[in-house]
Amino acid sequence: MEWVSKLNNGLNKTASGLSKNLSTVFKGKKLDPQTLEDLEDLLISSDFGVSISKKIVDSISKEKFNDFDTNKVREFLSKKVSEILKLRYLPLNTENNGDPYVILVVGVNGVGKTTTIGKLANNFVKKNKNVLIAAGDTFRAAAIDQLKIWSDRSKSEIITKPTGTDAAALSYEALVTAKEEKKDILIIDTAGRLQNKTDLMNQLEKIPRVLKKIDETSPHSVLLVLDASTGQNAISQVELFNKSCGVTGLIMTKLDGTAKGGVLVSIAERYPIPIHAIGVGEGIDDLQEFEPESYSRALLGLL
Amino acid sequence: MFQGLQDKFGEILGNLKKRGSLKESDVKEALRQVRIALLEADVALPVVKKLIKDIETKAIGQEILRSISPAQMVIKIVNDHMIEVLGTKSEDINLKTSPPAIILVAGLQGSGKTTTVIKLAHKIKSKMNKKVLVASLDVYRPAAQQQLKILGEQADISSLPIIDGQLPLDIAKRSIKAGALQGTDVIILDTAGRMNVDEALMTELSQIHATVKPIETLLVADSLTGQDAVNIAKAFKERINITGIALTRIDGDARGGAAISMKSVTGCPIKVLGTGEKIDDLENFHPDRIVSRILGMGDVVSLVEKAKETIDEEDAQKLEKKILKGQFDLNDLRDQLRQMKKMGGMSGLMTMLPGISKVKKQMSQSNIDEKMLLHQEAIINSMTPKERIHVKVLNASRKRRIAAGAGVEIQDVNRVLKQYKQMSLVMKKMKKMGKKGKNINPEAINNLIPNQNFFKH
Ligand SMILES: Nc1nc2c(ncn2[C@@H]2O[C@H](COP(=O)(O)OP(=O)(O)OP(=O)(O)O)[C@@H](O)[C@H]2O)c(=O)[nH]1
Ligand SMILES: Nc1nc2c(ncn2[C@@H]2O[C@H](COP(=O)(O)OP(=O)(O)OP(=O)(O)O)[C@@H](O)[C@H]2O)c(=O)[nH]1
Ligand SMILES: [Mg+2]
Ligand SMILES: [Mg+2]
Repeated sequence: MEWVSKLNNGLNKTASGLSKNLSTVFKGKKLDPQTLEDLEDLLISSDFGVSISKKIVDSISKEKFNDFDTNKVREFLSKKVSEILKLRYLPLNTENNGDPYVILVVGVNGVGKTTTIGKLANNFVKKNKNVLIAAGDTFRAAAIDQLKIWSDRSKSEIITKPTGTDAAALSYEALVTAKEEKKDILIIDTAGRLQNKTDLMNQLEKIPRVLKKIDETSPHSVLLVLDASTGQNAISQVELFNKSCGVTGLIMTKLDGTAKGGVLVSIAERYPIPIHAIGVGEGIDDLQEFEPESYSRALLGLL
Repeated sequence: MFQGLQDKFGEILGNLKKRGSLKESDVKEALRQVRIALLEADVALPVVKKLIKDIETKAIGQEILRSISPAQMVIKIVNDHMIEVLGTKSEDINLKTSPPAIILVAGLQGSGKTTTVIKLAHKIKSKMNKKVLVASLDVYRPAAQQQLKILGEQADISSLPIIDGQLPLDIAKRSIKAGALQGTDVIILDTAGRMNVDEALMTELSQIHATVKPIETLLVADSLTGQDAVNIAKAFKERINITGIALTRIDGDARGGAAISMKSVTGCPIKVLGTGEKIDDLENFHPDRIVSRILGMGDVVSLVEKAKETIDEEDAQKLEKKILKGQFDLNDLRDQLRQMKKMGGMSGLMTMLPGISKVKKQMSQSNIDEKMLLHQEAIINSMTPKERIHVKVLNASRKRRIAAGAGVEIQDVNRVLKQYKQMSLVMKKMKKMGKKGKNINPEAINNLIPNQNFFKH
């Protein structure tokens, strides 16, 4: 798969460093302390976080490897990782008995919300869905223009209001329109906000509240977009966005760089929130369905 | 009264005597905790390893203050070391070149470049009163140029008109031409976000860099960045030789380990902090604040700092004893000058004794500056040990020698000697009062002090 090789681009360096260590340090059937430490370091450098790295490596320390080789150890680790990630495997399903399926997209500033909406819309349109996008970022300069271009590219419709309009009011109107025009899917963009800003988080909470006035079951999805370059703060993002507007799914972007996004494993272990997709570039096709196994393999530098 | 005074000091100082030095085992144990704290704060692993190694060497054998645990002592050392690594003072944006000064801004996608460009432009325009032009070379991201244009309009900053289809390098060249025509002082170039492994875009960037030859090349990075911070910083340093870092989203709740990761691998100072989405949300960098955020152990650090101050007070106590014995000499004056220097020139011998408000006031009014203290110390340093104890031997030729040795005028030497005489006079009187066993009113001591400002040149 293409994204695996993109992911591996960045991972290769670390992984080959590891294999060098492994082949020189290994003695006997069990992994020696130095090797275990190297493995832990590999996970930590991929943003797994200290405690889960320890936990995963501890689970391997009792394991016996008969005909030892580095790949085998990595395979083993990647299995451990994918066991955790598999719990959160659930593709986004937008079926809603003919009513508009409402997706609210939230996240910290600059993580890739607007771009991801463009990519999502494009995927839906390609499946012959009727898509409406709401330009709910009424704050940032040119946020609306940016989304307009994505609506053109993805051949989906867009509803906009001037900058400064209340995002909740716009969302309300968007859902009314989506119902009237029998759209299959409504995607609502929101302004980026840091999760520790209570006033901005309170404003965000208003959106699901007004949507429920029209359709009690909406929003059907609240997607939190995470940036792969983010470190341990991603955990706090999940925690607080979830508290404020009930996150139903995660998308991790920017996995085409050297950042590994290992924090997703920590998140998967702590929160029962599905991971739907990953972003691997700025192009319209650079959104891939999340696959626990290939993600784990890529994290461990396996093809 | 001196007995009482000593008791009071004794109370504070009682459990703050030094208590031996840090053992290797103490240091290692404490650093294990520190390592985890740093990693959890997103300091990159190689940087953590280096920090821990350096701190270990530094810490082993250092004296521990009593009432402070070895672990607390180590944390204080960690704190100070990290501040040192980050650079102890804040550095400004460099505009020192013949105009137009060009600032090139680069970084990963979404790191906050465009926002930072406009904040910088606003700051340079309003605070430094310079003519600024901004230009967006981002021809890739939808509405990126539009974004900068709108921000410019909002902040009343001129931006280069957009010409559709023009390539980044050509936009850069056009901005310089336009800047020259308009008599612009500073041109700030916004660039498209790019991954450090995107060979095509990194090559493009280094071409732009080579063409416009910026005086300042800023890497804009997100303070939420994790372990990847080192890879990002290294790559941008290699390709465009960045001269400074702008750290954004400091208004978030991330611990901000990326700051020290990036500083360590590039050696580049962090020049500005983005503290919000608004145009005024740009601040100078303060290493101590970031360190206490990364380390998350501010309480321990201030505890140790307090203990250290008290140790300084302990020295004052020793001095007090000398005064009582009538042994105050120039060595002691020198100690005091050093002490004053250490405490930022605001405190000193007399302020250590409670109730002597007058001296304190004189000192703060006279705004004792460090240079003066340095001069005075140099003067005492160029005396012989004998001269320091027996001031009377100082004749004209000795004074000339001392002045020459310290690189000052003979009057400066006289001034120091005058200070010393005045102080010893005060002390003698204090001693007398002490002997009588009277309870001295601090005002009485104040009255002993000559009215002229003897801390002033
Ligand atoms: N390389 C790469 N870049 C991405 C990816 N997703 C988004 N981007 C880029 O990241 C930057 C920010 O993306 P946006 O979609 O504007 O982010 P946002 O979350 O909407 O930002 P705000 O609305 O300002 O909070 C843009 O330059 C995008 O092109 C990805 O998966 N890979
Ligand atoms: N809270 C906060 N938000 C910031 C800060 N700096 C930038 N932002 C926000 O981060 C988002 C991205 O900022 P931009 O300036 O567009 O980032 P960029 O690096 O130019 O993005 P691309 O050009 O797409 O690569 C926007 O929503 C900004 O408002 C900051 O210091 N604090
Ligand atoms: Mg957006
Ligand atoms: Mg930009």
